[in-house]
Amino acid sequence: MIEKTIKGIWALLIGLSVTVKFFFTRPVTMKYPEEKREPYLRYRGSHILRLDEKGKEKCVACCLCATVCPAQVITIEAGEGNEHEKYPVTFEIDMGKCIFCGYCVEACPKAAIIMSQSYELAEYRREDLSYDKERLIKTGK
Amino acid sequence: MVDLLFILVKIVVVFVALLLSVAYLTWLERKVLGHMQSRLGPHRVGINGLLQPIADGIKLFFKEDVIVTAADKVVYHLAPFIIVSTALLTIAVIPFGDAIKIFGHNILLRIADVNIGLLYIFALSSLGVYGIVLAGWSSNNKYALMGGLRSAAQMVSYELPLGLSTIGVLMQAESLSLSKIVQAQAAQGWFFLPQFIGFLIFFICAVAECNRTPFDLPEAEGELVAGFHIEYSSMKFALFFMAEYASVILMSALIVTLFFGGWLGPSFISCPAWCGPIWFGVKVFIFSFIFIWLRATFPRFRYDQLMKFGWKVLFPLSIINIAVTAVVMMR
Ligand code: SF4
Ligand code: SF4
Repeated sequence: MIEKTIKGIWALLIGLSVTVKFFFTRPVTMKYPEEKREPYLRYRGSHILRLDEKGKEKCVACCLCATVCPAQVITIEAGEGNEHEKYPVTFEIDMGKCIFCGYCVEACPKAAIIMSQSYELAEYRREDLSYDKERLIKTGK
Repeated sequence: MVDLLFILVKIVVVFVALLLSVAYLTWLERKVLGHMQSRLGPHRVGINGLLQPIADGIKLFFKEDVIVTAADKVVYHLAPFIIVSTALLTIAVIPFGDAIKIFGHNILLRIADVNIGLLYIFALSSLGVYGIVLAGWSSNNKYALMGGLRSAAQMVSYELPLGLSTIGVLMQAESLSLSKIVQAQAAQGWFFLPQFIGFLIFFICAVAECNRTPFDLPEAEGELVAGFHIEYSSMKFALFFMAEYASVILMSALIVTLFFGGWLGPSFISCPAWCGPIWFGVKVFIFSFIFIWLRATFPRFRYDQLMKFGWKVLFPLSIINIAVTAVVMMR
């Protein structure tokens, strides 16, 4: 009985010491808009469509990314360019539905689509969440 | 005439100080709780969130005052006023300093020096529980009712040890007047050493009296949502909030007065009479901090555990404390 009481009181004191220890350690909170967390190197953020040296998109509109995408959010319309090459006339990703799995990046034979580290993707209107080709290219710049 | 003026000034100063410290105790609580949980607490409004209490006050003031249709209107409106006025009135007898001289007038640093100060405080704090019970009953809500009932049951189990634990102090000081008790401590040394058991019991009961964790059964967020004040909004809710924090400060003040020498500083530091309120404030701050610290650390008691603890542990202990004090004093 007495032993139990002493043990109980000791446990209470240990509890108090834990909270006071945390009181004097630095909080983990980040003041978000002012301080931003640096993403890890392999962080999967919004997509980028890359350009080649001549400033043309690398994408050859093979639609592998659109096929592999589990969320089916990539819409590509292929077209023929001046030198009879295939290129995407429109390339759209609906960020609202994308699950950032990165399969599109893995599937791409031309390394034309990659993922950036930007994670601030909120928009005021739902339509703005659908990124077109220009926007996807611009993200990379 | 001049005396009356001085009394009025004292009342105004004390109440403004009390209300300000209530406001900033809420800030302190959120800050301390935050840091103890590795968070920052409020830090947006003003430097370090120092203007947060004002922002909260303005927000609560402009909230809609929702009144439950099925509530018992009179009691429903009365309850917050009972609880807040009883909590604030207790400050009247707390001495926060010795006499000081201002413009040749001898001024006692307390609002009223009644010779039954302690009884007055116990009477008012027991009345405060009516506020909780009535609020719970009148809002016609099952959670509120449960909170009110719990508060009533909690009161019977802690008020007895609360009163009994002070008897040791009364025996040593031979007075019920709080300023006499402090003066007795100037002569005999602070009472928390000879009355250590009494102090512990009183402190535990004081936490229960303020409905603070680990004894916050009447409002138990996890089970009763908010307990007795669930149906109150706007300023009425703010009054409950104020009452809780005011009673934390008052209970700290009472602990300091009864066991830690009130306005007396440590005996090895000599300081003129105007130091009294400063020592008093520092000590009250320390105890208010401990109240918050307890809240950050301990989980809530279960209902039956509280009753068992009150009746089977605190009550016998306080009686033994009285007996031992009596025997020691007889020798
Ligand atoms: S990251 Fe995944 S879900 Fe998003 S577009 Fe690429 S394949 Fe589709
Ligand atoms: S897989 Fe690569 S090259 Fe093929 S359509 Fe997608 S982005 Fe273009």
